[in-house]
Amino acid sequence: MSPEKQPDSAPGKDPDRTAGTIATYTAGLGFALLLTAASFLVGKTGLFWPPGVPVGLAVLAIAQMGVHLVFFLHISTGPDNTNNVLALAFGVLIVGLVVGGSLWIMLHLNANMMPAAAAMEMMH
Amino acid sequence: MPALNAPNEATGPSAQGPAPVEIVVAYGFWIFLLSDIIMFSALFASYAVLSGETAGGPSGKDLFDLRHAAIETLCLLFSSYTCGLGALAIDRRRLLAFYLCAALTLLLGAAFLGLEITEFAGMVAAGAGPTRSAFLSAFFALVGLHGVHVSIGLLWLVFMVAQVAAQGPRDYVLRRLHCFSLFWHALDIIWIALLTLVYLLGSR
Repeated sequence: MSPEKQPDSAPGKDPDRTAGTIATYTAGLGFALLLTAASFLVGKTGLFWPPGVPVGLAVLAIAQMGVHLVFFLHISTGPDNTNNVLALAFGVLIVGLVVGGSLWIMLHLNANMMPAAAAMEMMH
Repeated sequence: MPALNAPNEATGPSAQGPAPVEIVVAYGFWIFLLSDIIMFSALFASYAVLSGETAGGPSGKDLFDLRHAAIETLCLLFSSYTCGLGALAIDRRRLLAFYLCAALTLLLGAAFLGLEITEFAGMVAAGAGPTRSAFLSAFFALVGLHGVHVSIGLLWLVFMVAQVAAQGPRDYVLRRLHCFSLFWHALDIIWIALLTLVYLLGSR
């Protein structure tokens, strides 16, 4: 590792200050609009196979979050961004545990719950 | 054999001394944003669990107006865009362009908030307030918390415009503005998850 290594870059900062940054934001807006329109198309019209719609919507939403992270928050895969990406990865892990874990546990609780009629039977 | 930790040998980034203040500040704010998103994830989880528990009351299908949600989404998307352009303008010390972008961001954010308050008021007036069912409690907690964040963001933006006007684009003002744009973009990410889970999936 050479001593002249660039310092880390802050999230949201464009380290190179390239001329095309307005173009970057515009591209991000364009992608975001396209993905939003696609979400509404998938969710609102009956064009798609209904059981597949939630998965499609989830994929589109995750894609749009990626667009926002890359084009608006300037999170990149460069070596100066390692800290930001690691923090993001940890956040995603915790969010996944909280949401996935809650759903998993609650759905199983519902499935294992005794039907109300049977519970009433046992009380008498 | 050379000593592994020779005192004068620079090894790695830490040997260059502490990182610049703007990087430390933005990184710390990034950690805060991630913890904020984790707080939202708990409310997302409770909404996902409770979204079917309508207690005989209205469900999302009866309540949500997708055209309304689409306009709200456009407001937030374009305000994120103008916020980004404002950050570029102030980095290049173009104050007039910055004020214009900040005003647009403020206007679009206020439009979003106005639409959301109208929606909430309509739901409460129709007897679908947060006390009606577990589904509606979770809905108002989740969407309302996002609305509170947007309100705080708008207030923050007003303060930042006043600071730029009073003190000029100094280093610490620029750092705060940078944190504000990170906050505003992160709110947009949360809204995407909200739109998908609550409105698009809920109105099916």
